[in-house]
Amino acid sequence: MSHPRITWRVKYQEDLDLAFGREIAARPGGEDLYRCIQCGTCSSTCPLSIYMERTPRQIIAMARAGFKDEVLASHTIWLCTSCYACTVDCPKQIKITDIMYALKQKALGEKVYPARFPIPVLAKEFFQAVRRTGRSNESRIVVRMFLQTRPWKLLGNIRLGLKLLRRGRLALRREKMDGGQAQLRMLLQTTRRLENQTPARSPPLAESH
Amino acid sequence: MKYLYYPGCSLKGSGRPYEESLLRLLDRLGVEVAELAHWNCCGATAYMSVDEVQAFALAARNLCLAEACGGPGDAHLIAPCSACYLVLNKAQVYIRQYARIGQVVAEALRAAGLEYHGRIKVRHPLDVLFHDVGVERIKKAVTRPLQGLKVACYYGCQVVRPYATFDNPYNPMVMDHLLRAAGAQTVDWSLKARCCGGTLTGTMEEAGLRLSYILLKEARTQGAQVVATACPLCQFNLECYQDRMQSRFGDGIEMPVAYFTQLLGMAMGIPAGKLGMERLLAPQPAIPIGPPGAAVKGEI
Amino acid sequence: MIMPIHDPVRIGVYVCHCGMNIASRVDVEDVRAFAQSLPGVAAARTYKFMCSDPGQEMIQKDIKEHGLNRVVVASCSPLLHEHTFRRACAAAGMNPFYLQMANIREQVSWVTPDRAQATRKARALIHAAVRRVADHYPLAKERVNVHPAILVVGGGIAGIQAALLLANAGKKVYLVEREPSIGGHMAQLDKTFPTLDCSACILTPKMSQIRTHPNITLWTYAEIEEVAGFAGNFKVKVRRKPRYVKEELCVGCSECVSACVFKEGRVSDEFNQGLSKRKPIYMPFPQATPNVVVIDPRSCLKIMRGKCAMKCVEACLRAAIDFEQREEHAEIEVGAIILATGYRTFDARKIPEYGYGRFPNVYTMLEVERLVNAAGPTGGDITLRDGARPQTVGIIHCVGSRDRRHHPYCSNVCCMASLKMAHLVKERTGAEVFNFYIDMRATFKGYEEFYDQVLREGVQFIRGRVAEVTDWAIRSAEKGKLVIRVEDTLVGVVRRIPVDMVVLATAMEPQEDAAAVQRKFNISCSQDGFFLERHPKLGPVSTFSDGIFLAGVCQGPKDIPASVAQAGAAAAEALCLVDKGFVEIEPNTAFIDEAACSGCRTCIPLCPFQAITRDAVKGVAVINQALCKGCGTCVAACPSGAAGQNMFTDAQIYDEIEGVLADV
Repeated sequence: MSHPRITWRVKYQEDLDLAFGREIAARPGGEDLYRCIQCGTCSSTCPLSIYMERTPRQIIAMARAGFKDEVLASHTIWLCTSCYACTVDCPKQIKITDIMYALKQKALGEKVYPARFPIPVLAKEFFQAVRRTGRSNESRIVVRMFLQTRPWKLLGNIRLGLKLLRRGRLALRREKMDGGQAQLRMLLQTTRRLENQTPARSPPLAESH
Repeated sequence: MKYLYYPGCSLKGSGRPYEESLLRLLDRLGVEVAELAHWNCCGATAYMSVDEVQAFALAARNLCLAEACGGPGDAHLIAPCSACYLVLNKAQVYIRQYARIGQVVAEALRAAGLEYHGRIKVRHPLDVLFHDVGVERIKKAVTRPLQGLKVACYYGCQVVRPYATFDNPYNPMVMDHLLRAAGAQTVDWSLKARCCGGTLTGTMEEAGLRLSYILLKEARTQGAQVVATACPLCQFNLECYQDRMQSRFGDGIEMPVAYFTQLLGMAMGIPAGKLGMERLLAPQPAIPIGPPGAAVKGEI
Repeated sequence: MIMPIHDPVRIGVYVCHCGMNIASRVDVEDVRAFAQSLPGVAAARTYKFMCSDPGQEMIQKDIKEHGLNRVVVASCSPLLHEHTFRRACAAAGMNPFYLQMANIREQVSWVTPDRAQATRKARALIHAAVRRVADHYPLAKERVNVHPAILVVGGGIAGIQAALLLANAGKKVYLVEREPSIGGHMAQLDKTFPTLDCSACILTPKMSQIRTHPNITLWTYAEIEEVAGFAGNFKVKVRRKPRYVKEELCVGCSECVSACVFKEGRVSDEFNQGLSKRKPIYMPFPQATPNVVVIDPRSCLKIMRGKCAMKCVEACLRAAIDFEQREEHAEIEVGAIILATGYRTFDARKIPEYGYGRFPNVYTMLEVERLVNAAGPTGGDITLRDGARPQTVGIIHCVGSRDRRHHPYCSNVCCMASLKMAHLVKERTGAEVFNFYIDMRATFKGYEEFYDQVLREGVQFIRGRVAEVTDWAIRSAEKGKLVIRVEDTLVGVVRRIPVDMVVLATAMEPQEDAAAVQRKFNISCSQDGFFLERHPKLGPVSTFSDGIFLAGVCQGPKDIPASVAQAGAAAAEALCLVDKGFVEIEPNTAFIDEAACSGCRTCIPLCPFQAITRDAVKGVAVINQALCKGCGTCVAACPSGAAGQNMFTDAQIYDEIEGVLADV
């Protein structure tokens, strides 16, 4: 007869990072993080929360309590599709979608997102493609994402790709801007330089609503 | 009034039928549009997950370009893709509200020889067609009404919230009014503004597919013959994965999914070929188009 | 005007720490040293609490020992302690109007976070006060008799309670109610928490006492038009709307209602929250007080079109119906006013996620109160719109409350009202009842025990704010039901709960015309739109207008026990004022320098209080000190500078300005 495994679970305060919550709250859109009353409206309005191992409400609670590692490694932040339902419905007007963006950026910056997880890879590929050409090319980005995460999935998508190709909805050539690339490069370079000097993390000038 | 047109990346790829039908439709209604030269990616969702300030800089460049060709007053920039519509609007709000973002973006724009004065109004085609063109003009332009075609108008998320102000974010009606003006019947359903799954259909198929499936299933339950969309990603998700839904959920859904601009175009007698109808994947219904010259019946 | 004394000015400056309130932001020692250096200052001291006995004694000792003839106290707002320090000065033999206060708490330490800036600001205000006080001269307060009657506005439970207490104390009370009957929201409720006594059973005896009390004049269907005067002597104009029924003749037999040419009700019944229809002639509700019918001019054929068989007139044996009735105006004089104007409920349509107005079986709490009530539209049967009995009911808390998009405040009563409703629904229908709450607030006497009772009765409690009520069915068990989507936050899982009936516990919000009433009575509103009390702890029923007091929800959301308690407090305050018999008037009246007056008469028509006349013999303007309210209009208008105002002379104002700007 096998015994059920039991484990003990306790969180020691010294293992938490209280600065983490403050950092997220200092990001644009994060300013109302500490106003959360844990009502769960975000979780129940979220169409993806049913797939999340932790609901958006729990992510907020954990972020401000300093559960940095758990939050950044969580699938939840990557399942957010930015549909903004939570942001619109939140009775405390917390910009939850923006907080999810801040957490995604933090996870990418610290390279702690779940391994072989396609969503952050897609985000990075998209980011790089736009940096290179100024526009995104759907098919190239998707192919590169599958190659890096689940190459076998590509096969399943070939049929769809061909269908789209036949109907003129799949551009194989690289989509390019019709001029202005140099200007765009200068713009992005300067933005990055300025951000590295002082991160754009300041409170808003005025209430948004 | 002349409008500037910002297609965004998708309308040049998988969303081609949207661009074709939109431009044809606007032309038919006598709305002048000019595509913005040298535009770049709006800085959409995926980009914002990596760096939002750079995303706002990308958006701001498009706004600067639009302002430069728009003349001295306010200029209207049509962004048909929901993600572009949202990001271009969000950039305007954040540049204004967050001092540091505003400073960084302004300085980077200056380095690139640009300056933004906040004179661009970012508009969605639904907004322009309903509020500027108006239901009456559309009704007049209809020559072959969509006699009683039952349409589920699907708005998706980012076109109705949180920056849009042209419709009710919970029960948007603008597309319903437009298609009713074209003679269609629109179904009353609760999922009009629920997320289609976004890019998750590609990255987390289990989650993404279910979201799209839920929408199609409910549209079918409500008796819709076609789903009308206003966003290239929504259209793609709802249309291109129907066979996969069948294998995953054991439910064979065959629901045509068209851009609302295509349906309006059909009702105005624009040939299907010019509206990109043949580019759609899902089986196309015999759209019940009235004889030329028929008037729209019933209450709108 | 009493001429200034010519002794050399000797000023004492007293800087209060106010515990840490001032001292934590303002360098009080620096400020004291600065004050000491100013010309005319003979003594400058700091103390932890200047308002305490030792603080006051310190001032009094200095007045005697240093021969002070002016005092500046730098502390809190004069609203709080000006009278304390005036009294202290007077006790030491100084005219109290030689005192000037510098507010370095509300205007400095509480609002200026930077210590250096706060200290500099405190110096500037003290400098201004020191310069000003040198120009002060002795004055005396005048006494004015108080009119002993009291006006109570609003006939809900708070107004009823206040009116009865005052009338029982022998005071003449006018109770003015806008609706055709008194009773307010309490009359609409079925049972009251936590003791579950029937609302009507405990309210109606009080209502009939109001009707019969010899000291109470009850005017229903009436509104306040204008308020003039001041504490002790208010003049109030009341507009009485025509009810087309002679109140003194009608006995409430309702024969006229049965006789009305409309055989069925055709207008939405306000008392039943629109759940039933009433006729154009109607009794608002069975226990209406006064028990007099009323004719609604917006639906009565006779009034609208001039043509009707007028069966009501025929049916009335007492000839009480009078279509010639017109609006009446009354003017009354009262010494004190109690505002008990109540609240309205939040419009649930503003939260479209909950489907109110879209799904027929989504109700507001007040609607269900009417359904539960035996005198309600269903005779006490809790039924859905189609007449069926609900098997499952979901009660959603905080609808419009605790929501920055609507009302950021907690409405205070909804938790308990929802618990009570859960109990009643379960008791009457046996339905499964779910309560959706964010935080359970059951904090008053007997409330937690009531929560415990409802828990034991098997009502389900889900901690989570509902995101949506939808008709979108996923499972077959959800078909035809309203599905409540909520995160069960204690479990961390999103749940879908199909119910037959949804009850929305809508927020309490200020009356639609609260802002207009606020202006009419010259009081203040807090940010949430409710009337502002003078002090949240120590002046909870007073307003910033002397003689006007608050009771009930018009001051902020509260339940019946709290409203009744507050009504008692307001009655006591009003009684204090009128029983004292007089009020002292601040001597800030205007005066005329006869030598400078040219007798041009400019000021006479400008005076809003008709206080100025012309002395025909001397050819100068004369101001009646009893009528002058110190508004300053004549002072500003006088072309020859002959009009001045006590406490605000040109010299005082200019010196104050110079003082505040000295460091700039």
